[in-house]
Amino acid sequence: MSSLAETKAAVVEEFSMFDEWLDKYEYLIELGKNLEVFPVELKTDDRLIKGCQSRVWLDTQVQDGVLRFRADSDAIITKGIISLLIRVYDGRSAQEIAADNFDFVEKIGLRENLSPTRANGLNSMIETIRKEAERNV
Amino acid sequence: MHLMDIDQIRSQFPQLKEKVYGRQLVYLDNAATSLRPVSVAEKWAEMSLRHNSNLHRAVHKTAVDATEEYESTRAAVAAFIGAAAPEEIVFTSGTTQSSNLLASCLEHGNFFAEGDEILICEAEHHSNIVPWQMVAARKGLKIKVLPIDDRGQILISELGNLLTPRAKICAVAQASNVLGIINPIPEIARICHANGTLVFVDGAQGIPHLPTDVKEMDCDFYAFSGHKMYAAPGTGILYGKRSLLEALPPYMGGGEMIESVSWEKTTYAPIPRRFEAGTQNISGVPSLRPAMEMCKLLSGREIMAESERVKSFLLGFFATHPDITLYGNPEDPAQKLSIFSIVVKGAHHEDLALILDKMGIATRSGQMCAEPLMDRFGVTGMLRASFAPYNTMQEAVYFTECLQKAIDMLK
Repeated sequence: MSSLAETKAAVVEEFSMFDEWLDKYEYLIELGKNLEVFPVELKTDDRLIKGCQSRVWLDTQVQDGVLRFRADSDAIITKGIISLLIRVYDGRSAQEIAADNFDFVEKIGLRENLSPTRANGLNSMIETIRKEAERNV
Repeated sequence: MHLMDIDQIRSQFPQLKEKVYGRQLVYLDNAATSLRPVSVAEKWAEMSLRHNSNLHRAVHKTAVDATEEYESTRAAVAAFIGAAAPEEIVFTSGTTQSSNLLASCLEHGNFFAEGDEILICEAEHHSNIVPWQMVAARKGLKIKVLPIDDRGQILISELGNLLTPRAKICAVAQASNVLGIINPIPEIARICHANGTLVFVDGAQGIPHLPTDVKEMDCDFYAFSGHKMYAAPGTGILYGKRSLLEALPPYMGGGEMIESVSWEKTTYAPIPRRFEAGTQNISGVPSLRPAMEMCKLLSGREIMAESERVKSFLLGFFATHPDITLYGNPEDPAQKLSIFSIVVKGAHHEDLALILDKMGIATRSGQMCAEPLMDRFGVTGMLRASFAPYNTMQEAVYFTECLQKAIDMLK
């Protein structure tokens, strides 16, 4: 498994290939469609992330000393964003995630290209992942 | 007033020339707030830069001028909506403050007794639901819901059954901010009045698009927001029939709303100033005058004909699209404003709005401040494109093409 820094750099590198935001969306949609199926029984209110326009569920498990994330959304672009977050943070230790600055989100221009309400949704997703990590440190 | 064609009209709204992400802006979020014409911005700036002074109080020339601008706007609003007198127009910060003011004053005027009922249409905006719920919770009132049918039209046949001797007021929009459906206010008022029930009409969506006469509608109270009809944000009105307003206690306490103040006894100014405590929106309110002029220009025959063509085109597009459900679909298209809220099979409203945004198109997605209506139709949200008369057929066609592209991307 590549390091956290390497995975973040790879995501930034992939996004740098797109000039147009529509192409970035195409890519996020593709990622969203390929996101691992989320068990329907996990779609509970306590897994819902507040602050998103679309519904976003996040399930966190501790397994062999690392955090395992699974998530879903009813909106596909949001699902693509989740897929990026999972790719970067799934399977890493709580310490490593809690110490991270989530800077790749800025580097791919995600935050400033979402409207404030949607950026807020993204912040909520990041905050939830960070809190889950801190809780498990 | 001379007639203008659509290009001349568009030249009055500089924001229509703006680009977003390098693409031409296509602004289809007019139900949220309209764009401002130059005339409105100029009046607003003129009031701030040349005639700024507090109202009513001082004797100096600038204060007199500012007061004249403010009070003549009140008279112009009264004429615009067919009120009997300027005193029937209370300036507020917008429709939301108007409904809160009314609900609060009715409560404090002991208009409600425990067990009384408030009737609210199922399609209302939260600002015409929540203020009433708040009063209901405090006073032990019952909220009853006036239902709509699957087309989005009020089930007028139900109204009579819902009205009991305890029904004190009925709150209903002139037109729905989601469905665009124009409600039959005169008929609702007739039925309600026969039962002794007052009628409050939320005109936020109606006023920019419909000829509005409060006497013709025979509503008891009427509210609208300036910012949805081309005027400065933070402006709005509450109209009330004189005898009803006079029976209401003040809303907020403060300067300007009093007749005299002493430690022993304070008495209140007559209507409408009794409801206008504190410094008013002295720059914004006069912008309602050029805004009302713009409403009149936009209701010119040529502009209206173009708007109708755009509406027919979009209704046709939605009706024949296999994946799209349009909400607010009256048999007679004349009963609908150009507000189009849709759900697309297999595509989330948020995704559609995000993609359209990157194509330069401003739409709204989500629940549109009408959660009970979303529940009524069993959806989590909708995509809304709301048109103003300055939107063109070209923009409508571009919107449908981009929408199709977005749907294809998401499938």
